[in-house]
Amino acid sequence: MNQKSLIKNISIKAIIGILVIGWLIITAIPFIFMLLAGFKQQFEMLMGSVFDLPKTLYLKNFIDVFKGNIFIYFKNSVIVLVVSLTILLILSACASYPLSRFKFKFNKPIYAIIVACMSVPVHVTLLPIFLMTTKMGIYDSIWALVGPYVAFNLPISVFILVTFMQAIPKELEEAAEIDGCNKYRIFFNVMLPLVKPGLATLAIYNGVSIWNEFSFALTLTQSLPSRTLPLAIWEYQGQYTMNVPMIMSVLTISMLPMIIAFVFGQDKLIKGMMAGAVKG
Amino acid sequence: MQAQTSSLAKKRAASTRNAAIIFLVPAFVFLIIFIAYPIFYSFNLSCYNWNGISSGKDFIGLGNWKELIGDTIFRKAFINNIIIMILSIVVQLPIGIALATFLDFGGKKFNFFKVIWFIPMLMSSVAIGYLFKYALDANSGIITGISKLFGGHSIDLLGNPNTALVTITVAICWQFIPFYMVYFLAAYSGIPSDLYEASTIDGATKSQYFWKIALPMMKPAIKSAIVLSMVGSLKYFDLIYVMTGGGPGSSSELMATYMYKNAFASQRMGYGSTIATGMFILITIISLITIKLLNGKEEV
Repeated sequence: MNQKSLIKNISIKAIIGILVIGWLIITAIPFIFMLLAGFKQQFEMLMGSVFDLPKTLYLKNFIDVFKGNIFIYFKNSVIVLVVSLTILLILSACASYPLSRFKFKFNKPIYAIIVACMSVPVHVTLLPIFLMTTKMGIYDSIWALVGPYVAFNLPISVFILVTFMQAIPKELEEAAEIDGCNKYRIFFNVMLPLVKPGLATLAIYNGVSIWNEFSFALTLTQSLPSRTLPLAIWEYQGQYTMNVPMIMSVLTISMLPMIIAFVFGQDKLIKGMMAGAVKG
Repeated sequence: MQAQTSSLAKKRAASTRNAAIIFLVPAFVFLIIFIAYPIFYSFNLSCYNWNGISSGKDFIGLGNWKELIGDTIFRKAFINNIIIMILSIVVQLPIGIALATFLDFGGKKFNFFKVIWFIPMLMSSVAIGYLFKYALDANSGIITGISKLFGGHSIDLLGNPNTALVTITVAICWQFIPFYMVYFLAAYSGIPSDLYEASTIDGATKSQYFWKIALPMMKPAIKSAIVLSMVGSLKYFDLIYVMTGGGPGSSSELMATYMYKNAFASQRMGYGSTIATGMFILITIISLITIKLLNGKEEV
């Protein structure tokens, strides 16, 4: 390698290095701001520079948040997540099985309709669903959220699960059929156990989106006993508009469950999101 | 004998069909109640003048639609949506591809970068919205902090009608670039690894491999990313609602925030539904045209 190409090589590496670290900083700065501010006192925030480290490790913000209603929001989020996810996984497994395995007349059009539902914007259905939940008397309860969450995550879930099921060798099913299993037993005893990795992927992908959902939660619930974690931030913000450190500590705490999940299962999470990302 | 087998086959087909129906019905119940029916309901509501509470609805036919066509704020919101859409595609996809390429070339040793870059994907839009709202705050934000470091004034990016929309777009890009990074990383994993090996044996450099092999191979993925990004930007809501609420004035108003305001703040359910339905129609038309254009180019 001559000197010229060596210099070129090094300068390319340097440029890439600068860009990579630049993006790292861009990603990290808001989080650093959040953490620094969360440990500051309100006057400290107003007087000092943004980049000053907190003078003391001031924990009162966090303690105040934990003393507040944060656990109610957290509990609601967990219930909505568990219930919606369970229904969603069962329904999408059921729907994906015939679509990936059976030969019947309307297989393809039915699949096409489900996939087309992926592109329906949530906001077209927001007002009608709001009116429907009021009529049904479940407005302002966490149960109002389950239906929309299941329905709007169903198309992508079926889409992903069908590809998973198509990859399972047909022979297993045929062997079960020869042994006298009907379709239902094959589904429960053969398909479901084999498609577990697919279900795990779905749980991760949908879990993140349900956990963070905002539009429906804002529209279909109104009071504390039924609001989920994304709304907690919204409400604390209304309560402490000028108290930036307080809001930043709420943000930090609301992110904690996700960060903990990420620390323990980052490989699975990234893989799950990758499988979901290929939906296009 | 033959009749027997054919009736047996028929019976089998019938039992398959019945099983298919039983497996599919529960999913369709949800799709019909929460997606199909609301779309029709929304169309229906768009023909009424109604505050959402009183029992009587005034049927006004196409009155709301006429208002929508002449509504300058809706037009402004639509243009804002288009601006966000263009900026999103132009900024998010290339950076997403660049980050994915870097990670793909680097393999396991760059795992640290992947983990950090991924984190915004786990945050809710509300959290990101408030994070940026306060990080860009005129009194205690980062930009003001930097400006003060150099003896400047406080800078209010979100409070200024000229900069609000672009500032929000920065936050949107920050939120979604990790998604496209992961998306293109998945696309990379779909490219057989022997292609890279073969190209290096033939003496291709990394950049030649990227431009001549990887990028053309990812063309379908890029196309879907464009459609995805378009549809996403046209229905954008959460972040704007949290950061500016469409303001100042209507400088960062989007179709979805305008709809929400009409339906709930001004209690105009009918007109809100008209905006929502209009949005649905516009998004469908624009995405169909784009898909047609993108696939049409292929054949040329």
